[in-house]
Amino acid sequence: MSDLDRLDQREDGSDQRAGAPDQLTLGEGVRRQFDYWFTVYKRTWRGTIISSFLAPIFYVLAMGVLLGGFIQGDPDKLEGATSYLAFVVPGLIAGHAMQTAVGETTYPVMGLIKWQRVYDSMLATPLQVRHLVAAHLTFVGVRLVMTCGVFTLVLAPFGVFVTWWGAILAFLAQVLVGMAFAAVVYGLTSRMRSEEGFGVLFRLGVFPLFLFSGAFFPVSNLGDVGAWVARLTPLWHGVNLSRMFALDHVTWWLAAVNTLVLVALTAFGWWWSVTGLTKRLVS
Amino acid sequence: MADTSLSDSMIVARGLRKSFGDFEAVKGIDVEVRRGEAFGFLGPNGAGKSSTMRMIAAVSPVSGGELTILGMDPATHGPAIRGRLGVCPQEDTLDNELNVRDNLYIYGRYFGIPKAEVNERVDELLDFVQLTEKAKSKVEDLSGGMKRRLTIARSLVNRPDLLLLDEPTTGLDPQARHLLWDKLFRLKQAGVTLVITTHYMDEAEQLCDRLVVMDKGLIVAEGSPLTLIREHSTREVAELRFGVGEHEALAEKVADLGSRVEVLPDRLLVYSDDGEEVIAKVHERGLEPVAVLVRRSTLEDVFLSLTGRTLVD
Repeated sequence: MSDLDRLDQREDGSDQRAGAPDQLTLGEGVRRQFDYWFTVYKRTWRGTIISSFLAPIFYVLAMGVLLGGFIQGDPDKLEGATSYLAFVVPGLIAGHAMQTAVGETTYPVMGLIKWQRVYDSMLATPLQVRHLVAAHLTFVGVRLVMTCGVFTLVLAPFGVFVTWWGAILAFLAQVLVGMAFAAVVYGLTSRMRSEEGFGVLFRLGVFPLFLFSGAFFPVSNLGDVGAWVARLTPLWHGVNLSRMFALDHVTWWLAAVNTLVLVALTAFGWWWSVTGLTKRLVS
Repeated sequence: MADTSLSDSMIVARGLRKSFGDFEAVKGIDVEVRRGEAFGFLGPNGAGKSSTMRMIAAVSPVSGGELTILGMDPATHGPAIRGRLGVCPQEDTLDNELNVRDNLYIYGRYFGIPKAEVNERVDELLDFVQLTEKAKSKVEDLSGGMKRRLTIARSLVNRPDLLLLDEPTTGLDPQARHLLWDKLFRLKQAGVTLVITTHYMDEAEQLCDRLVVMDKGLIVAEGSPLTLIREHSTREVAELRFGVGEHEALAEKVADLGSRVEVLPDRLLVYSDDGEEVIAKVHERGLEPVAVLVRRSTLEDVFLSLTGRTLVD
């Protein structure tokens, strides 16, 4: 940190005089919030162990191992998976990434905007809205990396990944789908006046997506129309991408489409979040 | 970018306006705050004080007119201005889940102050606001007065040239208010320019060298507390309390005893340079107030005279 601190000192010194750089770069703005988010993490990491690690492991045990033991699927019907466990794990992690992302960008964002108004206090400093959004989404990104990473490491010995690089690409796909949800839901939260909408979002958005976006069964089981509806959902793009890489069963043009959709959603979500929070807090 | 050291004006506003949709919160005000002074915005809730403060804090965009803070335009130099401001908002925006010390430390880091230096400043500030013993306490365990002091300490972490205090003592008990006033007075003596909004006239009288009285988005009077009282009120006020509902009718009977009479729901105010004489004459006329009081005029009376309303509704 010593180099960074020296940089800090210079910038701090120049801040005290007219002629200071007017806009902080995105990186500098995020870096100045590092201590805040690190403190938040130190305070909350114990709680996240249950939601991040135990709950998904239970899912894998119940769905993948115990329920999956009854399923003797033809690899052709399981999108190339040789066992139900291998089929369900990449989708489960993608679905879990979505849930983590939504969890981190609903109540916590509302709290910072409205309940404790910490964002207001941050905006009284040289920080700007885009710095706040970037730091918050970076924090969500770190959470996603940790939760999906640990998940992948724990399951690797069970032979659910065909190649090591496939596991890494699947992991990146899971983080990407998480980021897409984080950015879009952040934008939604920044426009919501009360937390009542979150219940609807979880019950009618997150939960149905988790169940029907191909994590637990191939979307082709939903019939022609159902399958296409499922393929339009953002989670399916993450599930499909994650699974193709994990099973080393990649259709590259489809992988490109999936990636593009998720990147586009993340970019849209970023724009939607910054404009939403600006309208809300800088009026 | 202008260099503020050449000028003594910390804030210059000309025809400053703020609207939210159709609602105009600030309707064109002229204000100039000079280095080292304590300047007040006095007015009832909804007068436009907080909207003005948010514009001065370089958070809320100006809707019309000109505004220069520390020689810079907030529209283009917001971050540079905010780096030199201290802001104590009306509602505490502390992080309840962090302890007292972390609230200060983390805030200092937002200004890009190096870690070691923030730590040093945090120790000094905790001492200044008498919260050293509470350093490890959670914010939610603090009293209202302690939270206010912590918010003020937080606003000082970047050693601001200009400190903005929006209703600093609203909701505090008298003891906590006096402790806070003492801290603010020390800051003023140390040369920090203070801008304070308040709807308490005693607070404005205690703290402000100069103030403007705002009502419905406009400035209705400007000057030092003493000048304002001299210009807009008499030296003394006789307060007469009669039975419930009698005040309106009795006002006519005492109207000639002072230069002005105000009817409040619970009492009559007779403005005169000699309050005792007013009371004597009231008794001579056979009127029997339940209670009487003679006091000196305050900014509250100035406000009443200018707007016909009391400050705290």
